[in-house]
Amino acid sequence: MRSNELVPSRRDMLKLTGVAAFAAALAPHLALATEETVAAELKKLFGGKKMGTGKLKLDVPQIAENGNVVPLNVDVTSPMTAKDYVKAVHVFADGNPWPQVVTYNFTPESGRAAASIRMRLQKTQNVIAVAEMSNGDFYSAKSQVKVTIGGCGG
Amino acid sequence: MISRRDFFTAAAAAALLSNSGVGGLAALAKAQKLTQESLLRFDPLGTVTLLHFSDLHAQLMPIYFREPSTNFGVGADRGLPPHLTEQAFLDYFKITTGTAEAYALSAEDFVALARTYGRMGGMDRMATLVKAIRATRGEGNVLLLDGGDATQGSWSSLQTKGEDMVRAVSQLGIDAMTGHWEFTYGAARVMEIVKNAPFAFLAQNVRTIDWQEPVFAGRKIFEKGGSKIAVIGQALPMTPIANPRWMIPNWEFGIREESMQKQVNDARAEGADVVVVLSHNGFDVDRKMAGRVKGIDVLLTAHTHDAMPAPVKVGNTLLIASGSHCKFLSRLDLEVKDKKVTGYRYALIPVFADAITPDPEMAKLVDEVRKPFVGELNRHIGDADTLLFRRGNFDGTLDDMICQAMIAERDVEIALSPGFRWGASLLPGDPITFESIANATAITYPNCYRQTMTGTQIKGMLEDVADNIFNPDPYFQSGGDTVRTGGLRYEIDISQPVGSRITNMTHLKTGNPIEASKGYTVSGWASVKQGTEGPPIWEVVEKHVKRLGAVRIEPTNAVKVTGT
Repeated sequence: MRSNELVPSRRDMLKLTGVAAFAAALAPHLALATEETVAAELKKLFGGKKMGTGKLKLDVPQIAENGNVVPLNVDVTSPMTAKDYVKAVHVFADGNPWPQVVTYNFTPESGRAAASIRMRLQKTQNVIAVAEMSNGDFYSAKSQVKVTIGGCGG
Repeated sequence: MISRRDFFTAAAAAALLSNSGVGGLAALAKAQKLTQESLLRFDPLGTVTLLHFSDLHAQLMPIYFREPSTNFGVGADRGLPPHLTEQAFLDYFKITTGTAEAYALSAEDFVALARTYGRMGGMDRMATLVKAIRATRGEGNVLLLDGGDATQGSWSSLQTKGEDMVRAVSQLGIDAMTGHWEFTYGAARVMEIVKNAPFAFLAQNVRTIDWQEPVFAGRKIFEKGGSKIAVIGQALPMTPIANPRWMIPNWEFGIREESMQKQVNDARAEGADVVVVLSHNGFDVDRKMAGRVKGIDVLLTAHTHDAMPAPVKVGNTLLIASGSHCKFLSRLDLEVKDKKVTGYRYALIPVFADAITPDPEMAKLVDEVRKPFVGELNRHIGDADTLLFRRGNFDGTLDDMICQAMIAERDVEIALSPGFRWGASLLPGDPITFESIANATAITYPNCYRQTMTGTQIKGMLEDVADNIFNPDPYFQSGGDTVRTGGLRYEIDISQPVGSRITNMTHLKTGNPIEASKGYTVSGWASVKQGTEGPPIWEVVEKHVKRLGAVRIEPTNAVKVTGT
């Protein structure tokens, strides 16, 4: 993962209950992280939860113009009131040696659960975002980003 | 070169053939002449005329250009035009074999027909056609649009950073242009061209990386023939992937479909009667986009160098493909009533160099911009004993020559040459001048590298490039053809996903299979990586051709293709 002041430190992330378990599960064999192992770990983490789609908008390019700085935007539809707000959005890239990209934590005071970052993607892979709502609901979105060597254009 | 009186119209030839049943060119002898007047013949419609050309690739002078024999479509585009070649293409568009039209549009019997019908293009001939149409139709009714890639592809364009072509298209009076190869002159040069140009440079899909602000105007509204015509520009979405990103480090491209829809809606809101997209997406990308973005009347395609004698309709959108290398000028007449296009008439006009009187003013400018380089351009290096051409999905004899040059001059086992779709053809017996070599190699990142690559790396590269052409989703296609290989034989199943298309890679010289972990010496050029080292490719090719004297290239059949 690229260092970036917007990214919480790895230690901060480990404090997050679910994500800590995820990191712990993958940490000993990072080099073995694959689409399958990441999917299996995500299932362990969130498998028991009610997982919806639609409220979470994950905006990544279909093709990375530069794999070193791929733009990522997440935006969750929510009133962001004390009763109903987005607690966190976790982002994973299932083809990177370290599949955790970022976790954003929100409070009702955030006003809007939206954030942007640029991430490094080592190869063509899926980017998966999971939004954790205050009422215990989860929403997810997944999108493949193609990373190509390029050249040879017509 | 044959004289003008030897030309015959396709129509007359077709009539003769069907009446007499006599095939071949001899039958054309008694037919009607092909003249400038016959090329310009057009029954006008409505009050608006759109003229379009694209992908001139800096060809100021008439040339030969052989259309492809292989041009496979995949996914939803499989078997659809423009993915038809040779006889299948002629059958689809009901063109008679052996006619001028067949020569211009297909690879069928190319050498024989080239000797009959001669070279095509030439900026002075193009100028004659444009002026004639403006004169008969009325200046105020004609919009002239350049679909991009006018400014790259020759020695004089490279040496002047596209200035020769900017002057030529400015004198021609284009109203707007969009871009692709223009960006390989670097961001500063592009901005200089845009600032000084008498035409609009339109590209709605280019943004600054940091603030996502538009770099160029997205659209411009023109008043022609009593109608408001909005022209929206679309640069090649894949530019930073297909070409060196480091030359345009602060710009981001992409298709930006939603933003295109907004451009269309905003243009209508501003009162546009007709919405035209001047695109450099490539045909299949445009076909998909036309089905998803609503409200485009005319989509002028480019990039994939397709020339089609009839529009393709997607919903209410007309797709026009005007070919490349100054070979064709598209004329589209529109009838507009109550802010709607109610009728159209189209002709893809072939620019037969020997049938069209050169425009003296443009001829003078072409002379002037070429003058500083004439000595170099005319340098006679060798001779073509066989047909040298580039187009085709997997290989062409011109690229075989370049690959052989790299293997010999750089002393490597394997050579890689980019699948560019531009580059003029040479007939058997033609001299190979420095201009011929430059017409196939003149780029701003020409260094011919030499390095070691493992079998896995070579395969990975072939797979990546193949996916840029044969991904079934057009939005993942970047145009161009596959990378050309020298010293290597392989099989490709184009229907497979990325990583599974390429098999049975064999080193030609030894006959041994390419081993995954073994290192091979490889030479190539047009690397998009900054700081690539090596002599410019034209030097490598010149040395080789000079050594050979006569260049004789038979088709290698080194690529076995399945899954079509």
